[in-house]
Amino acid sequence: MTKRIARCGLLIALAFVFSYIEAIFPFSLGIPGVKLGLANLVVVIALYLTDLPTAAVVSAVRMLLVGFTFSPPSTLLFSFSGGVFSLVVMWLLSRTRRFGPVGVSAAGGAAHNIGQCIAALYVLTPASVFSYLPLLMIVGCLTGAVIGFAADLLVQRLKSLKL
Amino acid sequence: MERSPLKKADILLIAGILLAAVVLFCTQWLLAPRGETVVVSVNGEEIARYPLHTAVSVTLEGVGGQNRLVIENGTAHIEEADCPDKLCAQHTAISHVGDSIVCLPHRLTVTVIGSGEAPDAVVS
Repeated sequence: MTKRIARCGLLIALAFVFSYIEAIFPFSLGIPGVKLGLANLVVVIALYLTDLPTAAVVSAVRMLLVGFTFSPPSTLLFSFSGGVFSLVVMWLLSRTRRFGPVGVSAAGGAAHNIGQCIAALYVLTPASVFSYLPLLMIVGCLTGAVIGFAADLLVQRLKSLKL
Repeated sequence: MERSPLKKADILLIAGILLAAVVLFCTQWLLAPRGETVVVSVNGEEIARYPLHTAVSVTLEGVGGQNRLVIENGTAHIEEADCPDKLCAQHTAISHVGDSIVCLPHRLTVTVIGSGEAPDAVVS
């Protein structure tokens, strides 16, 4: 249990730092909703090297922390629905053992944006949300794949650590 | 041992997602109803309306400059403008309901609407 708590704390801290880095150097291309999702790197690694509860706790606590620090709390709804959707998709895909971190993370990125669009249905009209979704899905998939490559390299090197 | 980070299944998965996004985009674009009328507004106030099915070429007076609107083959575009950035003139021709061309320097917008559609809001 102690090891588990320490491991969660470590991963949350890492994810939080990644969010901070992204808040200082935004990689947004000027399109709202688009970002690299560096913090997702930690979630992917947690999913591969630990278990679903750890990945879920890391993802949820990070979003809560970020919602009260670097971004306005009103964005919490969007990040939560995106984060939950993305985590479920990535967990299911990684369980099949057919996909590597690149594919899993790419699908997670697209799922994150789909989840965000579902949350956006509360504030915007369906037509305007869904006209924006294809673009977000493509960008989310590509940034997710980039994160997946990094995660793949890290998973190979961290495997021996028995996190 | 050299190990590829990209399995065949990964490539298929990514291709599938991209394809789904493109299909979603195309269906929306094809299903969007074609408009009947274009509404020209300057500073948020409507100054003119033109039917999309009649070819016409008119010079519009914006704030501090002019834009020439050309309607042909059921589409509308800005042929030329004397604004500094000329972004409006580079915009592709519009024909679907909701499409619009904006000339920010001249505070001018050209928006496609359906037939007999009332404006979203009127500010008096």
